[in-house]
Amino acid sequence: MKDYQDGYIKLALPKGRFLSPTASLLAEIDLGFQDYSDKTKQYRLRSAKFPGLSAKILQEKDISIQVAVGNYDLGICGLDWIEEFLVKYPAGALVKISSLNYGEGSIHVVASAESGIANLNDLSDGRNDYRIVTEYPNLAEAFALNLRMRRFRIFPVWGAAEAYPPENADLAVLWGKSGADIATQGLMPLKRLLPVTAFLIANRESLENKDLSQILACFSSKLTADLPTEAWQAEPQISIENALDISEELKVSRPLWQAKEINLALPDGHQQAPTSQFLKQAGLALQGYSEEVLSRRPSADLDWLGIKVIRPQDMPLQVANDNFDLAITGEDWLREHFYRFPSSPVKKLFALGFGAVKIVAAVSQEMPVADINEMRSLVQSKFAPLKVASEYINIADRYLRDNHISPYKLIPTWGASEAFLPEDADMLIDNVQTGKTLKQHKLKIIDVLFRSSACLIANKDSLASSDKREKMEFLTQKLRAGLE
Amino acid sequence: MKNQKCKGMQDLLPEDMLRFRRIEDIFRTCCRNWGYQEVKTPTLEYLHLFTATGTLTPSMLSKVYSFLDWDGWSGERVVLRPDGTIPVARLYIDNLSGQELTRLFYVTNIFAFEGTGKENRERWQCGAEFFGGAKLAPDVEIILLAEEVIRRLGLSDVVLQLSHAGLVRALLKELKLSPGEETKMTNRILEGNWQALTKAKSANPEIGRLIAALLGLKGKSSSFLHNVRASFPKASQDFKSSLEDLISITTLLDNLGCSYKIDIAAIHGFEYYTGICFQFLAAGEKIGGGGRYDNLVPLMNGEDIPACGFALYVDPVMKLLPLEKEKKGECGILVKGKELTQEILMTCFTVAESLRDAGYSAELDFTGRKESNYRWVVLVSGKEPSPFVLTDCTQKRPRYIGASMAEILKVVSEG
Repeated sequence: MKDYQDGYIKLALPKGRFLSPTASLLAEIDLGFQDYSDKTKQYRLRSAKFPGLSAKILQEKDISIQVAVGNYDLGICGLDWIEEFLVKYPAGALVKISSLNYGEGSIHVVASAESGIANLNDLSDGRNDYRIVTEYPNLAEAFALNLRMRRFRIFPVWGAAEAYPPENADLAVLWGKSGADIATQGLMPLKRLLPVTAFLIANRESLENKDLSQILACFSSKLTADLPTEAWQAEPQISIENALDISEELKVSRPLWQAKEINLALPDGHQQAPTSQFLKQAGLALQGYSEEVLSRRPSADLDWLGIKVIRPQDMPLQVANDNFDLAITGEDWLREHFYRFPSSPVKKLFALGFGAVKIVAAVSQEMPVADINEMRSLVQSKFAPLKVASEYINIADRYLRDNHISPYKLIPTWGASEAFLPEDADMLIDNVQTGKTLKQHKLKIIDVLFRSSACLIANKDSLASSDKREKMEFLTQKLRAGLE
Repeated sequence: MKNQKCKGMQDLLPEDMLRFRRIEDIFRTCCRNWGYQEVKTPTLEYLHLFTATGTLTPSMLSKVYSFLDWDGWSGERVVLRPDGTIPVARLYIDNLSGQELTRLFYVTNIFAFEGTGKENRERWQCGAEFFGGAKLAPDVEIILLAEEVIRRLGLSDVVLQLSHAGLVRALLKELKLSPGEETKMTNRILEGNWQALTKAKSANPEIGRLIAALLGLKGKSSSFLHNVRASFPKASQDFKSSLEDLISITTLLDNLGCSYKIDIAAIHGFEYYTGICFQFLAAGEKIGGGGRYDNLVPLMNGEDIPACGFALYVDPVMKLLPLEKEKKGECGILVKGKELTQEILMTCFTVAESLRDAGYSAELDFTGRKESNYRWVVLVSGKEPSPFVLTDCTQKRPRYIGASMAEILKVVSEG
């Protein structure tokens, strides 16, 4: 067996939904990554069997991009994220090697049961301005263009796309286990875009120039049956040719939802527990939103108040578009929004005092810089672009410009930016609570950009509306009382 | 030094600009002579302007540069203008639709992503659009205007190819495909894949024969179309009326002595065209094209106004034009200082100003390099009694030494 240098072949492995079946597959084909499991706390793995093979555990969304830019030779991730990349960058350097035969559900185009949209023809013939909400903006755009939809707007969201129709979106492009499963959420599946199966992918240049044969042989020993049909493709697969047959029995349940005078958005994820505590303290009793329970549409004892639970990252944009009058989000995401849309009609009302984080710039402890000024000098002397990983793209962009860092490249991430340093990025801009995680990953903070905590935001037009003013004031007063 | 230019973009150097301006000048002159008025549209337009008509192919729309503006929180995307005609139609609907006839022209850049690296992502075109009026005369006017521009540019080996979008659509209808299949077939044809049409099986053998005849034969006069009409009497009414339209246009072109080839399959990318489509080839390369697009204005929520137009593609035409040196020799004057003293510099600027005031082009030079390509050179020494030496470059010898400013102007004006 040929011995390669350490790190000769780099493999990107997924977190989340595909971690466990991928770990089983790797064990079965004996790649020597015993530490790759649900319990692992490290990002970097080394193969016990192939000295030249190393791996990193990344968010699935990041894997196709990281393999395409050549930071990894091989990667494993869902077909949805591969197609989301390929449909936008068909000439990119991403090659699909083979399906790995596991995965669940499909990406569907769905409409709300109330929308009156029964099939795809309604969309291409219609003159309406359709709002499409999705975690897959590229797939959604390709779908809309292929269908020759006359007018559409795409709202990319970080998650919870199913919560938006019918009030806040006409269509959604989202993952669903099956058509029937989607129907139980009050949504009508119109078209199945692609099945979500795990794929082995490769960087084109690595495939053309590097000897990956030992590793590929391990995979193909398990997968030969699939190779002829799907192997070695670099073209996106999305098409609109086969519309999903919506079976007659499909019963779409309609969510109990009526238009309300005031609409409030509450966060899911990390902010859910402290927010529910805060609301309790403020005397706002909710059903379906507590530390343990999550309904996308909780109810309050105020009959004029409509509540929806969505991702905090998506709230400023949703409030700007008048989908909500009020929302509880983080100041970090509000600032991210304002840097992108400076004249947005969103107003911060007041901070709520929980969810405090610092937004920092951090680098590897080994990097010889103590602050951003030293970083500037270092970048100037190197002439190579500073690679900056961040989930706050607009904040990072503004920060780097304001500090005259030139040149730089931004690497958008979906959380856990620390995994990117030092191999795939030189600096990160991310939020920290205590700084412990950064220390664990041998990183140091070189600048604090600002401090952020949860805050209440409002749509400016709603604040000014004579119809809404009284109730808006009542609600904000109630929430303000929770601060005391 | 690393090239810092954006991928797919091009710099136009002085030599390129000479050719660019020549094309633009000839195009402008011709358009004005035909009664067209110049307009300019903004670089940014809303994306929905281009999707709203439902006429552009998905593959064309997937190559537009679209993004959210700084106030684009509503998700309304803007694009770098990917097409010349649709923005001008928008301008017409917004501002000029009350007029009975509107003839407009423009010189503009258009943007489309191009991944092969063989073509530019920013391209220039000179276009003319005719809104209103009946059919036939405007169709022929637009073709003749385009033909005149190309003729005046001095391009040789130019071929005019004619097709008809109405004929193609009528043929497609005859195949009686399902709506989905028809869209797919239209997309293929728009992208230039005509074989798809020949391969499509029709239940009616007559249609197969008609398609084969139209794709296989290339007519050179209206007689060809008369022959088609006589051979396929059972063709649909849509087909016949489009054929009649093409016959009237070609008959008028025949009578006006304009030569062309009828080649139904020659043209692709005729997304919004409804009637005649044409393109010009020079040395085998596509240098311009146009046609009739009667549905575009109503599809964009304008009134039911028929329209036609054409565009000349500047980039391929530039490659075909001979290289020209900038002609400074006819009247260009170089004013040189012998030394860089305050006094000499001041005199040089004053002399050059007087020459420019008198209508001559006067360039300054303080480097002492060998001058070339000028009609006259004025050397300023500043020494009395002969502060100037005027050289006539055509004769390569000093003409006047110690001339005064008035004398210089007199000699120059006498040539």
